[in-house]
Amino acid sequence: MDLDIVALSRLQFAVTALYHFLFVPLTLGLSIIIAIMETVYVMTGRVIWRDMTKFWGVLFGINFAMGVATGIVMEFQFGMNWSYYSHYVGDIFGAPLAIEGLMAFFMEATFVGLFFFGWDKLSKVGHLIATWAVAIGSNFSALWILIANGWMQNPVGAAFNPQTMRMEVTDFAAVLTNPVAQAKFVHTVSAGYVCAAVFVLGVSAWYVLKGRHLELAKRSMTVAASFGLAAALSVAVLGDESGYLSGEHQKMKLAAIEAMWETQPAPAAFTVVGFPDQEARETHYAIHIPGVMGLIGTRSLDTVMPGIDELVKRAEVRIREGIKAYDALQKIREAGGTDKVTQGVRGDFEDNGINMGYALLLKRYVDDPRQASDEQIAKAAWDTVPQVAPLFWLFRVMVGIGVLLIVLTGTFFVLSARRRLDSHRWLLKLAVFAIPLPWIAIESGWLVAEFGRQPWVIEGVLPTAVAVSNLGVKTLLLTLAGFIAIYTALLVIEMKLMLKAIRKGPQAEHAPDEGDTLSHIPPAHAGAAIATPSTGSAA
Amino acid sequence: MILHTLLDYDTLRFIWWLLIGVLLVGFAVTDGFDLGSGMLLPFAARNDIERRVVINSVGPVWEGNQVWLILGGGAIFAAWPQLYAVSFSGFYLAMFVILTALILRPVAFKFRSKRESPQWRARWDWVLFFSGFVPALICGVAVGNVLQGVPFRFNPDMHIFYDGSFFGLLNPFAILCGLVSVAMLVMHGAAWLLLKTAGPVAERARSYGMVAAVLTVVLYALAGVLLATSIGGFRISSVIDATGPSNPLLKTVELHAGAWTANYATHPWTLAVPVAGFVGALGALLGLALRRPVLALLTAALGIAGIILSVGASMFPFILPSSIDPRASLTVWDSSSSHLTLFIMLVVTAVFIPLIVAYTSWVYRVLWGKVDEQAIRDESGHAY
Repeated sequence: MDLDIVALSRLQFAVTALYHFLFVPLTLGLSIIIAIMETVYVMTGRVIWRDMTKFWGVLFGINFAMGVATGIVMEFQFGMNWSYYSHYVGDIFGAPLAIEGLMAFFMEATFVGLFFFGWDKLSKVGHLIATWAVAIGSNFSALWILIANGWMQNPVGAAFNPQTMRMEVTDFAAVLTNPVAQAKFVHTVSAGYVCAAVFVLGVSAWYVLKGRHLELAKRSMTVAASFGLAAALSVAVLGDESGYLSGEHQKMKLAAIEAMWETQPAPAAFTVVGFPDQEARETHYAIHIPGVMGLIGTRSLDTVMPGIDELVKRAEVRIREGIKAYDALQKIREAGGTDKVTQGVRGDFEDNGINMGYALLLKRYVDDPRQASDEQIAKAAWDTVPQVAPLFWLFRVMVGIGVLLIVLTGTFFVLSARRRLDSHRWLLKLAVFAIPLPWIAIESGWLVAEFGRQPWVIEGVLPTAVAVSNLGVKTLLLTLAGFIAIYTALLVIEMKLMLKAIRKGPQAEHAPDEGDTLSHIPPAHAGAAIATPSTGSAA
Repeated sequence: MILHTLLDYDTLRFIWWLLIGVLLVGFAVTDGFDLGSGMLLPFAARNDIERRVVINSVGPVWEGNQVWLILGGGAIFAAWPQLYAVSFSGFYLAMFVILTALILRPVAFKFRSKRESPQWRARWDWVLFFSGFVPALICGVAVGNVLQGVPFRFNPDMHIFYDGSFFGLLNPFAILCGLVSVAMLVMHGAAWLLLKTAGPVAERARSYGMVAAVLTVVLYALAGVLLATSIGGFRISSVIDATGPSNPLLKTVELHAGAWTANYATHPWTLAVPVAGFVGALGALLGLALRRPVLALLTAALGIAGIILSVGASMFPFILPSSIDPRASLTVWDSSSSHLTLFIMLVVTAVFIPLIVAYTSWVYRVLWGKVDEQAIRDESGHAY
């Protein structure tokens, strides 16, 4: 990939989104975990649960600030770097973003101040309401963002208006109830819950290993393990739903994830591992499980899943139809309106309009798609294939970690039910080392979803290469370097502050109540009390 | 859906023009006092505990306040997509500078008091100063450029081309507008600190605020005189179709000296808007002088609203004029979203803005009262 405006704009968007997505999942899950803890406090009146709320609240706060800081860039860079995109689909895409602000982010950001500063100014129930408002606000926020993103993957309820040269909404209800958006929403927030659960589990396991804050740590682990297990299962179920839906709506993405070059007889085999080769259009050393892919992708034994080769042929047909639509559009614009052209031209536009985006794929090679040669059309058709190898591998990383985390949270759920959370030190160590795993899975998932729909920014409607702002390469390099420098510096500071806050641990602000005695035993004793004989010196 | 035809397209466009004004005023009035407090931080507060008083006076509310900006951005995207596309890509580097300030501000609040080291804290104090000063200045500079016309054009596919540079934005009139913006937010921040703090911090803030209020009046008047005499305005020279398609290229526009004051001549009652700008700033001066913080804060808010809305009133129906291809200028009648989108967004806004105002007011009521040094020492675990 050479460094042109398109590549740099994509890189800048990917960098800012991936950074933003380091903080969002933890916010989504931790806000709910904290709200659960505070609910227990309000219902039982046991002060340890308030301490837990406050302690995890400190970590939440550090993370939240970074989420806000990186989120502002996300909203503004559509206009900054993707001005043609903003013009072309702002009529539909802008609405969920604005509603996100109105309905969700406002609530979240307004009440987060009360969460930190309202402990002495509000009643117990009043403060609990503020905490839940933060949690609900964050999660609603994710809903609207994924409705916007879902529309990019499956653009429903909109039509092209030749007079304004853009897509305009025709059915807003269809945008809201977009099945892709719904599946993505639950899949993504569940992944955020798993992320926060594994974070709480890991940090608490570290305390148990060190023999510190045992009561707080064990209770936190119980909450995290049960919440995390439920969420991890939901991620898998909705991941399957997403797979099914991309089979419906984004056949090319699914074929690329599976490195399925040729159409196979139904039901298709699932490739466990292999080395996809984009040039040779085949996967070397592949290991297959017969039938499984067909089941995931079509939920039937006899529906054929198209392979990459066949999808490219279909794309070529759509490009040719798109050219007809493009030609009709030019005639409509020259005549000055749909009502001023012949029935034939109008018919051409209406019949082929759905494929006009495919004609825009040719803009990379020729200014006027109507002048494109057969060779250029064939090239543009091959452009509809995303990079197969990274998708293939990232998807397997995501799924592999997902399975691991189900096992991990499940194990700790069982241990917690048997009140044996501290019985296996190696398991606690495993929990500590598992902390980064959800982030790796989540970032891989983002890449699969977004990289996998290239060359489209709006699937089938607007190619990414057409959507960028006309900026200079130097300008883009400057801002890209600027964002990376600022974000990286802040990330380092953030992690240091997190680690410092974790090392410092919760602050006891009260006389210990009856359930809280263990945490006041000196560490050496506590360590001895929980450690297995072989590791008794760890404290 | 035929429900949206209950409101005519031109009515909806006009309502959305007003609503963007409301959102921008919402941003300047709420986030304005925390940007202003940030600018006053190194001057009104001279030791660590005083600085923590200032920071904690906005601590619980700045996050919610900043959402007005996010919401403003989102609403412009949804209701005026071409305005969003042209202004954000055109002012690209200026936006980048604002964004760096807005990225650094949340973390400065959050990170500053997490370590004891004086150098650490002093560094974040300056970050808070710059992240208040830079957005205030640049937003004003941007408005100054919009009033003079911005060098953009469209090609027939509606791709946007911008022929200006970052340093081209920094012309004298634009800088004057930037200074108006800085002065009015410092005035507002001072009124806030007089309300929320006591002792030397409040007194120093009050003195700076009085200077800022005087500067607001003087600089705003100067900008008004220049606008009326030497900044040429724009005028639509073809027939206006207020319900036509949102395509800016369907009209013709001419440059016309004095066009930016024509609305006041045609509808004299609109003069109330800039007058509110002056009255508000003078009221803030009076409130600060009399040590009446609520009066000062409310009149400062009135002044800010008057100053911001007077830009819209002068330019109407223009939103973003083009200096290199005047016909491409964005106006209220040809750069909005579709009829249906404007209607849906109006319904959503009508439901949620009252809710937002209600819970924001509740939060402010819960947090009512001065922030003093003792409270920060007691609350050291939670305070910034």
